[in-house]
Amino acid sequence: MASVQVVNATLPALPQGWAGEKDFKTVGALSGATQRNVEPVGPHFLAHARRKRNNRTFSEDERIQAQHNVKKTEVEEDDDISEDEDPMMLAREAKDWKGQDHYAVLGLSKHRYRATPDQIKRAHRKKVLRHHPDKKAAMGKSDENDSFFKCIQKATDLLLDPTRRRQFDSVDEAAEVEPPTKKLTGSKFYKAWGPVFEAEGRFSNKQPVPQLGDENSTQDHVETFYNFWYNVDSWRTFEYLDEDVPDDGESRDQKRHVEKKNANARRKRKTEDTVRLRELVDECLASDERIKKFKQQARAGKDAKRLAKEAEIKRLKEEKEKAKADEEQRKKDAEEAAKADREKNKKAKEAAKNASKKNKRILKSSVKDVNYFAASGEPTAAQVDGVLTDVDLIMGKIDVDELAVLAEKLTIAGKDGAAVKSAWAGEAKRLVDAGKLKDGEAKAFA
Amino acid sequence: MGDAAAPAEAERFAIGISFGNSCSSIARISPEGKAEVIANEEGDRQIPSILSYIEGEEYHGTQAKAQLIRNSTNTVAYFRDFLGKEFKSIDPTPCHQSAHPQQKDSTVAFTIRDTESETPNTVTVSEISTRHFKRLRQSASDFLGKDVNAAVITVPTDFTDAQREALVAAAKAAGLDVLQLIHEPVAAVMAYDARPEATVTDKLTVVADFGGTRSDVAVVACRGGMYTILATAHDYELGGASLDQIIIDHFAKEFMKKHKTDPRENARGLAKLKLEGEATRKALSLSSNAQISIESLVDGVDYGSTVNRTRFELLAGKVFAQFTDLIQQVVKKAELDVLDINEVIFSGGVSHTPKLASLVSNIFPETTTVLAPATSTTAINPSELSSRGAAFQASLVQEFEHEDIEQSIHPMVTVTPHLTKAIGVEFTSESGVTFQPLLSAETALPARRIAQYSAPKEGGDVLVRVCEGARDIKVTKPEPKAKEEKPAQDEDDSDFDSEDDEEEETCEIVWKTEKPVAELAVKGVKANGKIEVMVHVNPDLGLQIAVREVGSQNAVRGAVNGSA
Repeated sequence: MASVQVVNATLPALPQGWAGEKDFKTVGALSGATQRNVEPVGPHFLAHARRKRNNRTFSEDERIQAQHNVKKTEVEEDDDISEDEDPMMLAREAKDWKGQDHYAVLGLSKHRYRATPDQIKRAHRKKVLRHHPDKKAAMGKSDENDSFFKCIQKATDLLLDPTRRRQFDSVDEAAEVEPPTKKLTGSKFYKAWGPVFEAEGRFSNKQPVPQLGDENSTQDHVETFYNFWYNVDSWRTFEYLDEDVPDDGESRDQKRHVEKKNANARRKRKTEDTVRLRELVDECLASDERIKKFKQQARAGKDAKRLAKEAEIKRLKEEKEKAKADEEQRKKDAEEAAKADREKNKKAKEAAKNASKKNKRILKSSVKDVNYFAASGEPTAAQVDGVLTDVDLIMGKIDVDELAVLAEKLTIAGKDGAAVKSAWAGEAKRLVDAGKLKDGEAKAFA
Repeated sequence: MGDAAAPAEAERFAIGISFGNSCSSIARISPEGKAEVIANEEGDRQIPSILSYIEGEEYHGTQAKAQLIRNSTNTVAYFRDFLGKEFKSIDPTPCHQSAHPQQKDSTVAFTIRDTESETPNTVTVSEISTRHFKRLRQSASDFLGKDVNAAVITVPTDFTDAQREALVAAAKAAGLDVLQLIHEPVAAVMAYDARPEATVTDKLTVVADFGGTRSDVAVVACRGGMYTILATAHDYELGGASLDQIIIDHFAKEFMKKHKTDPRENARGLAKLKLEGEATRKALSLSSNAQISIESLVDGVDYGSTVNRTRFELLAGKVFAQFTDLIQQVVKKAELDVLDINEVIFSGGVSHTPKLASLVSNIFPETTTVLAPATSTTAINPSELSSRGAAFQASLVQEFEHEDIEQSIHPMVTVTPHLTKAIGVEFTSESGVTFQPLLSAETALPARRIAQYSAPKEGGDVLVRVCEGARDIKVTKPEPKAKEEKPAQDEDDSDFDSEDDEEEETCEIVWKTEKPVAELAVKGVKANGKIEVMVHVNPDLGLQIAVREVGSQNAVRGAVNGSA
């Protein structure tokens, strides 16, 4: 984008009298723009989209992109392998290379077993550039001491051979992390023990190694962690500490003896290491607060379950009892209500009976009061009998309510014979109409 | 943008697909960075978009095309344009000799016997497209040895949203994750611009896409590598089939002279003629003579004949004129003149025809590059342009996440203001005032350009006058002898070649200053020094201008406030 086009044209000279603030003068503005759709394709559009979406200007975007590109190449030149060189180390003799710290020699003591083969190669190259005997000669140092250069070569040879590197790593004390000596609690525990197991994890054949975690780790995680460490499959060997086997070919017995001794020493060390690791895990487990916490939780869980169960049983029982009591209460109530009902009925019946008795009396007395409808004087026995028979007949045919109505009518009629008769006649007629009485029965009220 | 690819999509392997009505092609970017068109199992780089079924077996591409003669009812062809359309709005003409489109619900379907059973099935056009994509994907995966699961697909500029959705869905059903749909003409321009030797320039390009059944022409403005379509024109009836018809008619007449029967009246005869006629037409693009031989054309009569290119060109004159008209029409529609066009790109199968290229190059001035196989040796095979462009885009966006792509192609990003007038620098010299454009019209904003101009030989103080300019077309009659002796315009002064002597006119583009915008002074320039001018135009039409002498640190800067 920032390409420069070279145009073959000559700019005019500045006319006389031209003046502008800071050599710049605005003369006009651009005429309008049209809105169009840019086709979303091509690298330049992608750059445009990037600028527009991130609100960058051309130069900003160029700078950011440039930085982005630079980063990728920078990794190669990474200066993570420069370390100060210990003068004691520089003065080492090449022949006791077994005692040297190979990582320190290459300036990789920060990385140790984590150093990649690529890092080792680059570190080697760097050291060689500085310590090559020819360089020293060129700098005018005439001592022909190239022992440190040899140390470098030894260290590189060893570290680039995976088998030998493992042997060295197995006994690399500088990579070990000492376990804490006293009991720790809280976050200190995890801080102190975490690196210990991380360092021990380098010997495991199974990778990745589970981490110690922290107080919030799940029970599952913690269990996996301890299970792993109790059954760890370690490749740690102790060949590096072997005594040198005499290689002169003269004393075969001596050689065998040394080899046997070495094998025994290795076995012993390995057993010791296994025991050490086991004790280490035991110690960690003993002071791990999480185990206690999980146990408590489990117990609390069990208790809670038991309590819940008991509560449930109790609740069921209570419910049953309550239901029973309810049932009894209901029965009792029903009985009492029935009894009260019966009594009430009885009273009403009696009252009705009394009322009808009274009414009947009124009825009977009514005919008697009007002298049995006799026109004058004493009524004949036959007359009295006829009227009373009809009164009985009608009384037998009508019910309580009608009886009351009739009694009322008769009470109003009083001793007026005609009114009483018409009341009776009316009643007789009603009964005839209702079909309860045959026409011509109750002749006395016709 | 999405510099970090999602790990889940790290396995994405994208290709470019050009899905044409008659032919499709697939391409990818090789590890060396070159676009490579992939051949299918039969070795075809142009795969006919045809599917055919015989007793449940699926045939695809050239094999399916051969079935158009014997098994036309179970052969589906020319279905791309039906995708995502309603039955009432489709033109079923191209499908006369294959399975006929039918209405099904709101979409188009074909009734074909695609299984072993006797009863035909109704298959929607989406399903057909999915099957076609599956075959293309299979071919690409077989060729590359990797599972291809994503693609950039080209579409015509007039594809509606419904068609786009249908296309994406059909591809998705075939296991292809459509990263982006790009326009065919832009893909063609990009195929040229993606070549390693190409440089980023400002140019106006006409993309003439002459396909099998339709023709599309577009004017594309390329400004600093960004493309803007200025105008398009479509002809849905003009295409290779129109030229085939001429060949068919020619041979049919010749046959009738001998045998008194018209082979076109027999369906199978017509299909045979069509198939062989197309082959003959293609052969004529490569050699000056072409043969045709058809066994048992009609009534068991074998037919063989030859035709030469001149004869064909004479017969096809009218059709050729239609093609050239379409191009002129689109230039007019973009409110441009043929003189403004810097480049004509021929795309599509018919573009192989030599006469067409020469006719088109006659329309344009000599300075215009016509990129067709017949006129330029560096031209890319026109049939492959779309897929190459798509493959290039696919390689660019392959690493991006979907969301990133969607955000980038959102109208918020793509709709940008474009300059209406060119911005440049004005030069005053003894011979007059001239103007040199630095940013052309139709440049998408924001934009930045840097140019170097030379200072006067003796050095001293220099004036840089930044102006808006406009181009005029100066028509000069030859009689009064062209008197304009303006200093040479770097690209645009040219003659219009016309055969007629009497009417020979000289047309040239002359730039003139319309409106000065800013003036800057550079003082104390060394002798033979050079001046670098940087112009930055904001979307709000504000300008930032910086001028400095090359090699010096001090720059004269200034800003012109935008109007918006």
